[in-house]
Amino acid sequence: MSGHVHRDDLGSRLGMWLFLVTEMVLFGGLFIGYSYMRHRYPAEFHHGGGELNATLGIINTIVLLTSSLTVVLAIVAVQRAEKKRAIALLWTTLALGCTFLVIKGFEWSAKFHHGLYPNAPHLATLPPGEQVFFGLYFTMTGLHGLHVIVGLSVLGVLLHWVATDRIRQDRYIHLENGGLYWHLVDVIWIFLLPLFYLAA
Amino acid sequence: MSEHSAHTAEHPVAHPGYGTFIGVWVLLLLLTAGLVSLSHLGQTAAVWGLLILTPLKASLVFYYFMHLKYEGPLFKIVLLVTLGTLLIFFALLFSDVAFR
Repeated sequence: MSGHVHRDDLGSRLGMWLFLVTEMVLFGGLFIGYSYMRHRYPAEFHHGGGELNATLGIINTIVLLTSSLTVVLAIVAVQRAEKKRAIALLWTTLALGCTFLVIKGFEWSAKFHHGLYPNAPHLATLPPGEQVFFGLYFTMTGLHGLHVIVGLSVLGVLLHWVATDRIRQDRYIHLENGGLYWHLVDVIWIFLLPLFYLAA
Repeated sequence: MSEHSAHTAEHPVAHPGYGTFIGVWVLLLLLTAGLVSLSHLGQTAAVWGLLILTPLKASLVFYYFMHLKYEGPLFKIVLLVTLGTLLIFFALLFSDVAFR
């Protein structure tokens, strides 16, 4: 606050948005690929979607939506100098993110037990359309899962910064940018739910 | 930007409060429930749910949680150009495969 520190919060947020745009193009390409394959193999995608556990997909949607809420509320708390509340909200976000990963872990391990994993012998016996469905399922939810892990790591650092007053009422751009990343992870999941879990 | 930060520090009330975001979260949960219900009604309803409710949910997250509502036009243009580009690629692909 000395006035000597150069700050450009708007530029910082714009930079973050430009990065997020590249993420959207990355996943967008996969979504377009999915659309084409679903157009080509409608029955197989319908059947593949029936193999997935829709309940777990819906629970994970609620978990991620709630974690998005807690991040944005943490920003409000920092803006109002309510440090303890901000820390509690960020811990809640971390807990919800971990819950998402645990549920995803159970879901994937159930698939593995049924012989459904990339390059599995059982998968090779399925019709080509279903092989494509599970290929896209593991690629897209796997890439999304990686983003959840990265997001949790970033939020962990931000939590530490809030606790040590590096992020505070007059300086919270890092929390805003970290929050933007986490929300994008949420948006991607919003699309993954109907495309895979509700496809049947 | 120091002016901006001073402004922020002096007028924290200018930011949206907890209530706005909690309201959006409730709406998102309701839309999710709607999406799941539609998926049980049959293929056509499920596709309409996917095409209407999913982008609506994403827009709510963009607009409120990602603060796009409170940003200038530049941020909105960046997002729209990106989504427009993806839409063009989507249209180009289907203009080919749909008529094979």
